[in-house]
Amino acid sequence: MPQRTFLATEPLIRWGWIWDHLDEIRTQTVEHFILTGIAVGIGFAIAMGLSIVALRFRRTYGPVTWVTGVLYTIPSLALFAFLVPYTGLSTLTAEIGLVSYTLLILVRNIVAGIDGVSPAVREAAVGMGYSRARLFVEIELPLALPVIVAGLRIATVTVVGLVTVTSIIGQGGLGLFILDGLRRDFYTPLIVGSVLSVALAVVIDVTLAGLERLLSPWSRARTVS
Amino acid sequence: MEMSAGQVTALVGPSGCGKTTILKMINRIIEPTSGRIEVGGRDIQGMDPHALRRGIGYVIQQVGLFPHRTVAENIATVPKLLGWDRRRTRKRVDELVEMVGLESEMYDRYPAELSGGQQQRVGVARALAADPPVLLMDEPFAAVDPIVRVRLQEELRSLQAQLQKTIVFVTHDIDEAIKLGDQVAILDVGGALRQYASPEEVLREPANAFVEEFLGQERGLRRLSLIAVRDVSLEDGPTVSSDAGSAEAKEVMAREGVNWVAIVRDGKLQGWVWESELEPGRKMGDLAGRPFLVRVTADNTLREALDAIVTSHNQVAVVYDGERYAGMLTLNRISENLVP
Repeated sequence: MPQRTFLATEPLIRWGWIWDHLDEIRTQTVEHFILTGIAVGIGFAIAMGLSIVALRFRRTYGPVTWVTGVLYTIPSLALFAFLVPYTGLSTLTAEIGLVSYTLLILVRNIVAGIDGVSPAVREAAVGMGYSRARLFVEIELPLALPVIVAGLRIATVTVVGLVTVTSIIGQGGLGLFILDGLRRDFYTPLIVGSVLSVALAVVIDVTLAGLERLLSPWSRARTVS
Repeated sequence: MEMSAGQVTALVGPSGCGKTTILKMINRIIEPTSGRIEVGGRDIQGMDPHALRRGIGYVIQQVGLFPHRTVAENIATVPKLLGWDRRRTRKRVDELVEMVGLESEMYDRYPAELSGGQQQRVGVARALAADPPVLLMDEPFAAVDPIVRVRLQEELRSLQAQLQKTIVFVTHDIDEAIKLGDQVAILDVGGALRQYASPEEVLREPANAFVEEFLGQERGLRRLSLIAVRDVSLEDGPTVSSDAGSAEAKEVMAREGVNWVAIVRDGKLQGWVWESELEPGRKMGDLAGRPFLVRVTADNTLREALDAIVTSHNQVAVVYDGERYAGMLTLNRISENLVP
């Protein structure tokens, strides 16, 4: 009897399996979230540094976007394969890859957000005696916040998806279930891994959107002519 | 070039004349390539630019309010930079909101929720927040509609009468410069100073062909807007007392060369009548006079008086002191003030 017949009679989801693996599901969801958080956190810090340099020395913006652009276009599997000989099957390998995918999106949005600040606002601030650093922190960053958060949302959703790929180097959070399901031709963990990682992406996205609304009430202020 | 403390110096000229550049050199947004600028006797090159700017109010055309801060927070910008405590800042913001004529319910609004005129009022309040002795204004009213502009100009004038700030006011509008400036500097393309004098002197004696051309066709009318009615001597005009008879009224009309007469009772104007309406044997006070429709007071300018003259049947501007009759202005009297 061919195996296919056996699978066809098998239900799509075996609830018993989920019940037996609840602890592991919880652990891997948290793991997935942490891998994402570290990647976006470190990515944001590096992107902020690169953006400040690019904004201060305009000529560096081209090279910065070129390098981060190249990183962004490398296929994730290839990047991990390339890194393993140096950093092993480690979290470090996973994070290096994940961080490198956030940079282009974050740098572009930070720079675009700061550039979007009205020159009149900047001139008024300078004219009233703001130093460059205070201008950046107190005026430019808050005004660029909606654009920066938009970048963070895209970067986060991207990373949540990419974390599943890191399962091939033994990391992966929810990706481990997907890999497991694929290897064993067993749908339940495959579905659990996919659905939960999508749900995680949606939850983080909605949370960031809410945070942005909370932090920039002014951006929804009604305009009168 | 010296700009007097406590006065408004208007820098005016066509685009490219460097008026804004001069302004921005005063708070070191632009650094001069040569020469010296002193504020209050101190060379500003030797000062910390941030400290210098915190001591100088700055108002620009596009206002540049901070969109992410409320009206109250915007006004409190410089006090915050100077590290004032909360109570002092709050008190000062209250004063300023009142001073520039904003309503207190606007405190917590964001700039996007204000009209252009309100935004510029907040801009002026923000510039005055730390009570700086010097105020730089770069075409502050150019972006609002003409009606609001006139109102903001009036408000600035009365504000300045109280505050006596040293204001440097950049504009491309000669009328605005004449209206607001105690001194007017007329600049030509390339930064050449063509004349620097009081508005009255600029209009009376333009220093050169450039200034004359820049002032345009209506120099005489513009000069009239600088002279107040109180500064000229009024005529009594063709008036008779309410007790007088028609014979006396005819005499007055003949003397003044007009065909109407105004009737005065106890220092107030009762009205005026045409010569043809006189009734022999009746006192003037018994006639039903027409009221004068256009009233002028001592605070009006001669330009406004002129407007009253050309729109009245009698071709005079009737000047009132409260309800009392103060005298009349005729075309002749007004032009005497332009051509002595």
